[in-house]
Amino acid sequence: MNRYDVLTTLVPVLRDRLVMCNIGSPSQELYSLLDQDSNFYMLGTMGLCSSIGLGLAIACDEDVIAIDGDGSVLTNLGTLATIANNWQENFVLLIIDNGSYGSTGDQPSYASARTSLTEVARACGCQHVVECEAGQAATVLTETLADRKGGVIVCKCEPGQVSVPVVDLDPVVIGHRFMARLSKGRSRA
Amino acid sequence: MHTPTDSRIVECLADNDIGFVTSLPCKQLAGVIELADQSPDMVHVPCNREDEGMGMCTGAYLGGTRSAILMQNTALGVVVNSLATLIQFYRVPLPMIISYRGEVGEPVACQVEMAIHTRPLLRMLHIPAYVFSDPSEVDLLGGILNHCFMCRKPVAVLAQASFWSKAQ
Ligand SMILES: [Mg+2]
Repeated sequence: MNRYDVLTTLVPVLRDRLVMCNIGSPSQELYSLLDQDSNFYMLGTMGLCSSIGLGLAIACDEDVIAIDGDGSVLTNLGTLATIANNWQENFVLLIIDNGSYGSTGDQPSYASARTSLTEVARACGCQHVVECEAGQAATVLTETLADRKGGVIVCKCEPGQVSVPVVDLDPVVIGHRFMARLSKGRSRA
Repeated sequence: MHTPTDSRIVECLADNDIGFVTSLPCKQLAGVIELADQSPDMVHVPCNREDEGMGMCTGAYLGGTRSAILMQNTALGVVVNSLATLIQFYRVPLPMIISYRGEVGEPVACQVEMAIHTRPLLRMLHIPAYVFSDPSEVDLLGGILNHCFMCRKPVAVLAQASFWSKAQ
């Protein structure tokens, strides 16, 4: 299973959830599988998906899922320390670890060699760190959300992606509809 | 240790509904950071790099909380991509309260290197910049913050050495 296959299994879990999605192929694949107002697609700035997700989780009560990659977590490794030391029970960081930089042609990342992001997350002090195989991702994410204690999930999968169109939404539209959805959710609550 | 000027800065942030602040340590900003950390009006989350901090500020803003970053001017070299492709691209209002190292009176030579690039970088990025050289200029901060959230742009406040040395 590659990341697209994993995302396909996650669709029912992600529906109506606040989802922060990593730049490049992950956002394009999610956009083609499940576009919704509560998805925030990153169009630039590699590495900041988990940071944006954490800031959002601090600011709102709803659960936030950040779908990040091994390459982008490696580019902003300090984020795991910040997440650990400012733990949010409504924040789940899902690292889809295909051991490669998928959007640029599947060059191997250090996560495919000697570096375990699961162990790095634990060493940084993150709680509820779970490593799972691709086929378990939906179950693990569902359980982590149900526990309501937050978590870091490292989902190991194969490299590779499918050919899907780029996200053609304007960034201001992405932000606007996301914020409108959040305030609607708030007035309902 | 903090000065009355530090208190006025943090009160002004709170008065303008800023509920999330991130920072990296800085000798000049130390009092502001300390007060932001203690303030019941805002959450202060230290970051490891300023681009990470700008990511958190963006998330907080999406969640309906106004945010700000406390940083040194040297960090402008770190955040150019985040400013262009996140803050400006998505039109996130972001006040940057910047300690402006490397101006006259600076004891560390290396700080001068980034001081030379500070205003050209901000100009190149089309970021409005306001230089504070005297503590009385804190009076302008409320208007600057209001301007920032009105136009949904990053704005920079450059507080230089004379501002901090005269602050009390
Ligand atoms: Mg990857």
